[in-house]
Amino acid sequence: MAKDENNNMSIEITQEQIDLLERLCNAMAVSGDEQEVRQIVLDELKPLELDTKVDALGNVLVTRRGSDKNRVRVMIAAHMDEIGFMLVDDEEGGLFEFVAIGGIDERQLVGKSVIVGKDHLPGVIGAKPIHMTTPEERKTALKLDQMRIDMGLDIGKKVKPSDRATFATQFAQIGPSIRAKALDDRLGVVNLLTLIKHAPENIDLLAAFTTQEEVGLRGAGVAAYHFDPQIGIALDSTPANDLPAWDVDEENTRYNTKLDHGPAIYLMDAATIADRRLVDWLVSSAEAAHIPWQFRQPNLGGTDAGAIHKVREGVPSVSVSVPQRYIHTAAGLIRLEDWANTLRLLHTALGRLTPEILNR
Amino acid sequence: MNDLIKKLVEIPGPSGYEDKIRAAVQEEIQDFADEIRVDALGNLIARKGKKQANGMRIMISAHIDEIGLMVTHVDANGFVRFIGIGGINPLTCLGGRVLFMNGVRGVIGIEKLEGKEIPTLDKLFIDVGATSQENCPVGVGDVCGFERPFMALGDRLVAKSMDDRIAAVVSIETMRALKKSPHEVYFVFSVQEEVGLRGAITAAYGVDPDLGLAVDVTRSGDTPKTIKMETALGKGPAIKVRDASFIADPRVVNWMVNTAKSEGIPYQMEVLEAGGTDGRAIQLTRAGVPAGCLSIACRYIHSPSEMVDANDVKNAVKLLTALLSKEVLLA
Repeated sequence: MAKDENNNMSIEITQEQIDLLERLCNAMAVSGDEQEVRQIVLDELKPLELDTKVDALGNVLVTRRGSDKNRVRVMIAAHMDEIGFMLVDDEEGGLFEFVAIGGIDERQLVGKSVIVGKDHLPGVIGAKPIHMTTPEERKTALKLDQMRIDMGLDIGKKVKPSDRATFATQFAQIGPSIRAKALDDRLGVVNLLTLIKHAPENIDLLAAFTTQEEVGLRGAGVAAYHFDPQIGIALDSTPANDLPAWDVDEENTRYNTKLDHGPAIYLMDAATIADRRLVDWLVSSAEAAHIPWQFRQPNLGGTDAGAIHKVREGVPSVSVSVPQRYIHTAAGLIRLEDWANTLRLLHTALGRLTPEILNR
Repeated sequence: MNDLIKKLVEIPGPSGYEDKIRAAVQEEIQDFADEIRVDALGNLIARKGKKQANGMRIMISAHIDEIGLMVTHVDANGFVRFIGIGGINPLTCLGGRVLFMNGVRGVIGIEKLEGKEIPTLDKLFIDVGATSQENCPVGVGDVCGFERPFMALGDRLVAKSMDDRIAAVVSIETMRALKKSPHEVYFVFSVQEEVGLRGAITAAYGVDPDLGLAVDVTRSGDTPKTIKMETALGKGPAIKVRDASFIADPRVVNWMVNTAKSEGIPYQMEVLEAGGTDGRAIQLTRAGVPAGCLSIACRYIHSPSEMVDANDVKNAVKLLTALLSKEVLLA
């Protein structure tokens, strides 16, 4: 790896990492069955020969010990699961009733292509053609229980209630951007893998590839109990509602984060009030290394930090996310440069971490 | 006691930003604690006494955080948008004054409402006297509490943050008054209660008590056309039977009632249909802990002018001291 103008190990996004992110995003790992992504993670970790285990909830827990004296025990979590669906009732003729897993806006499901089950069999969330609807009908969005996943007669025989499904979106790099499903949180997964591979010696990196974040931060709490860390960091992706307001005179005051403005550092969400000492550490690290950064607007939402910070006697925690337009839909959009800067910020900040940070 | 109350209630310290209030409490209890520590989330934990043969490890929890506001955006003209920290009623914000942790002060304004529209937080903003985003002395992430001075109306005491600084005062005065006890008592001044009992969850895990009591304010049913509730100012400290977050252990309730009776301390029973306190966090810790809550009846909770009765506070100190002075018989 090259050294940058600050004489730090510089982190770049390589084609290899883009390919890895592609494999991760195209994989299906809906909350509760993260096996496909877990296998990719384990395969990536194998050559490193680190202390690795898979716990009862399916979290992958990796310990990468540093070699300095007075190391800080830092837990970093990235969740492997994505939002999706589960087939619940076979209505014959290839039609299946289904439910959502995780937070999904029902209004953007109709007409979407899906993939179902371990073999990623293709289906569609059927929509009535416009020819057959009335203007009155078109005023109200369909409810989830009115929709069906149509697998067709043939393939319909190969899937069953309890199979999971997700959007069929294929990963694509479009100029400076990436469009894919499950960027939340495969970005976190790929970044955590990179951080493990380039971990500094002043920390013990306790990496948790967690499960079931989208349904209640469930894997992370269990993982934190196991690691018992001094500091917790959650890596995630967060909404960028940064398109201009409809009225050009009106300022968009509720953007959450903006694309092209760098990694988003959390102050407060519904689940966690970030430890201000950790926020200040991240901000000063970004400033010192001239890495663009932004605050995520204090808002609702939550990350694995919500579970981590309340475990045992408490763990000061913070979250860092890549801004993403259209998060929790079939196709999210991020900038490669924001992804790169998020990785740079984490790598730089971890290298500057000392036990004194927790002094009051 | 009014001086101590005034000192503590006027300190800004919303959830997650308790450094100043914790320092003030620590200064008050330095001489009465056998051991003091601050845990990972910022809970102040003061131990008094060692567990005797007939004693227990008891946790008393009063939270030092208050509700407040966090800045989400500063607009082009220097007006400050915010989100609530803890349960904020927009109606109590109108025309209110705030004090930021960095010393800046401001006033809360509101957009024009249409017809019968009721105010919501997103229609409010803080005016700190700035005229642009660049000359605004606060930014995204800055935190403020409401600002109102303490006032005594005879026995009725009014301030913001009686929830729950009045309980911190009860704990402090109990530490001062407690002379002899068979128990090892951990007086916890907890953080982040208003956002989900978060400090008490981790403090209780660390203390690992045999029994726990939260000390907090509770609603009262004694103002015009309000909720139906027996609890009232001046009828004594309230012994919580239940709120929306937990059911107090009946043995703990009985112990509290019996002690009040035998010591001749006025008391009242409290049944709260809503709300939550640190009691729940203690009760559900590890393998479970018998828990209850000692309440101070309070009017206008979560407004900048919360009102309690001074005699209720004094009697709460008496009751808590009596409870901790003798062997606990849970039956």
